[in-house]
Amino acid sequence: MTADDGRRRNDAAAPGHDVPTGADGEQPGPAGGGTVQPVLADEGTTSVPEPEPRPKADATAEVAVINKPTAIGFVAPALGLIGVFMMFPAVWALYLGLTNYRVTGTAAREPEFVGTDNFTRALEDPLFTSSLWITLIFMAFSGVVGQMGLGFTLAWLFRRWRGWTRRTIEVLVIMSWIIPGSVVAFLWRAFLDGEGGTLNALIPGDVTTEWLLRQPLLAIIVFNIWRGTAFAMLLFDAALNTLPPSHLETAKVSGASTWQTLRDIVFPAVRGHMLTTALLVSMWTFNLFTPFLLTGGGPNYQTEVLAIYVYRVGFGQGDFGFGSAVSAVMLVINLIIALVYFRVLRDRRKKA
Amino acid sequence: MKTYLRGSRFAAALFASVLVLAACGGDDNDTSDDNNAAQEAPEPSDEPVHLTISHNAVRPDVVAVWIEDYVIPEFEAKMADEGREVTVEHIEGGVDDYKTQLALDLSVGEGPDITSFDQFWTAEFAAGGLIEPLHTVVGDVVNDWEGWEQIPEAVSGSLDVDGERYGIPLGTDGRVLFFRTDLFEEAGLPTDWQPTSWDEILDAARTIQSELPDVIPMQLNAGVNMEEATTLQGFIPILLGAGGDLYADDGWQGDTPELRETLEFYSTVFDEGLADSDMQLVTDGRDRSFEAFADGNLAIMIESDYLWRGVINPDGGFPIENREDLVGWALIPAKQPGAGINGQDFVSASGGTGRIINPNTEHPLEAWELLSFMATYEAQLDWVEREPRITAREDVNEIGIADDPMQTFVAEEVLPLTWYRPGFEEYPQVSEAIQRMVENVIAGRSDVDSAAQEFHSNLEGIVGAENVSGG
Repeated sequence: MTADDGRRRNDAAAPGHDVPTGADGEQPGPAGGGTVQPVLADEGTTSVPEPEPRPKADATAEVAVINKPTAIGFVAPALGLIGVFMMFPAVWALYLGLTNYRVTGTAAREPEFVGTDNFTRALEDPLFTSSLWITLIFMAFSGVVGQMGLGFTLAWLFRRWRGWTRRTIEVLVIMSWIIPGSVVAFLWRAFLDGEGGTLNALIPGDVTTEWLLRQPLLAIIVFNIWRGTAFAMLLFDAALNTLPPSHLETAKVSGASTWQTLRDIVFPAVRGHMLTTALLVSMWTFNLFTPFLLTGGGPNYQTEVLAIYVYRVGFGQGDFGFGSAVSAVMLVINLIIALVYFRVLRDRRKKA
Repeated sequence: MKTYLRGSRFAAALFASVLVLAACGGDDNDTSDDNNAAQEAPEPSDEPVHLTISHNAVRPDVVAVWIEDYVIPEFEAKMADEGREVTVEHIEGGVDDYKTQLALDLSVGEGPDITSFDQFWTAEFAAGGLIEPLHTVVGDVVNDWEGWEQIPEAVSGSLDVDGERYGIPLGTDGRVLFFRTDLFEEAGLPTDWQPTSWDEILDAARTIQSELPDVIPMQLNAGVNMEEATTLQGFIPILLGAGGDLYADDGWQGDTPELRETLEFYSTVFDEGLADSDMQLVTDGRDRSFEAFADGNLAIMIESDYLWRGVINPDGGFPIENREDLVGWALIPAKQPGAGINGQDFVSASGGTGRIINPNTEHPLEAWELLSFMATYEAQLDWVEREPRITAREDVNEIGIADDPMQTFVAEEVLPLTWYRPGFEEYPQVSEAIQRMVENVIAGRSDVDSAAQEFHSNLEGIVGAENVSGG
């Protein structure tokens, strides 16, 4: 019965696995892959010609019967949408970033072209530099280490569970992911509050620590791990289901420890999924604004990730030009992150 | 359509690259394409008219209640008597970034017909072409209004830019020292306290600290989260008390001795733990300070009289049942007697609010009629009966605040020596830079020297180096 269940789960996960991992970047995530593709096409710079990631054979056969104009016709609407809703705003933000456009004041009526002033101003602003660091720390610890680590652990621990217990766990974890951010933020503020917060009530003794003031960065990291683990868990769950059960059985029979099994069988098999998940989670976390609901970027800028920085200068100070310039810098950093992942993915595939 | 127009004008302006002088905050009086105002006297509409009005408040705030329970029914009835069908809708506010929201609404030709407006936004909104003078929007009829004669020059000018009226002012306020007389009594301090120097404030706070260790001695707004409260009921009164002025003949106050004395005062207060730095840094710090004061956990506050009439009043957010018995008030002293601005012994700062008409309104005449109706003697009287305060109208003030000792004190003692914010479009940016400077000092990010220097260079970036004094 359970084996049958398992197989059915495999089938369900299979389509996802058929897609070459590189294409997973196309999933509508933050800063979607669409913007990344053109850069990928520009591979003439690399010395080693690399094989195109090939879709499955049957897919190629289907592509072959369509002539080019027809194919373009099919793709055009999608490209049009991407152009209107993604490329244009990005270019517009870049253009605004070269002006001193403001929400109010003379510069709202007659913005001037200021060239790269906004960019040099950002690089000279110590708050921007510290904000960039905070963002990277936040991304690494809450996204890559926290969400992925915990997500994989949960997926691994509960991989053999079936029935209502499993579903309960899944519901609980996914709950934290799907509850609206503002509601969640309110709950966490109540949880971390100094006077009568749940966390202080749980700690023995008379504790009145204001966690959001004493450990602000840790607080938003833990919050974001809690918030986003479900996503990683679901992806890893699907990945683990692609493992042939026989491999794990063999490992068990030959007396491999859990760690050995993970190292030699599981990790190599799900490496592609790992990288894809890492890419999505990184970008997601890098652009996240939700910490604002917990801390407002404070106390004294200690949790001001770049998204909050842009909000503060753009909406708080009304400086749209400068805010757009910083947004453009964020976009570039996103591209760099994406490129690094794609490079790693390709190298993996070459080795394979 | 309008956004497209703006876009093209924006692009054109880019290539024109007009040199705009900072710190002149002037409004070039060209009538732009955005201006769909009728220059000839508008006629009352034959069609049913629907007006919207917004105020950044929700029930149970007095203004929201007054608009819904008095203004709308009374005005609609008045119009009906004239045989005109006018309906008014109140759009509830209550958001943190009301100003930005309003600016964005106005920039695309949206927004309520009438909105509440803070005096210090006028210059920047006017410079941005987001609001227009009343005369431009409505016509000559605005000059015939009876109310102007009742509004003193100092107040009626608060919504002016270059001598053009942009709205009707509602009133003014003042900053004082509030203190809990019950806590003072417990600590052995006089309940008719009136400090005459900064040292006397600090000594009182230190006494509270040693006598009542569970009580926060004082509250001095100091952080970005407190926004304008940090500037107007913290930094400015202290700076004025040090003899400094935010803007004087030689430009904006940069890194001057007066500025450093001001920051030293902050650093003394917070280093000695006389005020709670956490309260400044949390996102809801101002509310926490109100709550602490109402609960008797905080002894001294520099606040606007808004605290008295809008916070600790019986219907307020943090009511103190018998506030007359428990709360005292005093003038804010200069550093030493005579050391304040213009050689004053005591200082204060005043703001003001008003209401403006959206230049994009489809019914300028009806909007004006509603705006001026709200500022009539009867309407204002109804308002101050709900909440005694200093209105813009002198005939109302004679009655409205007579029974309120606190408001009378502000009108008689504070307003004669008060200070108003400079009407430049850069002011809000300067204010934000001040908030960051003060926060960095009290949070321990910067010492006084580096905070003052950093502020000086930020200020140069905002208004231009030639317009900054000190350094």
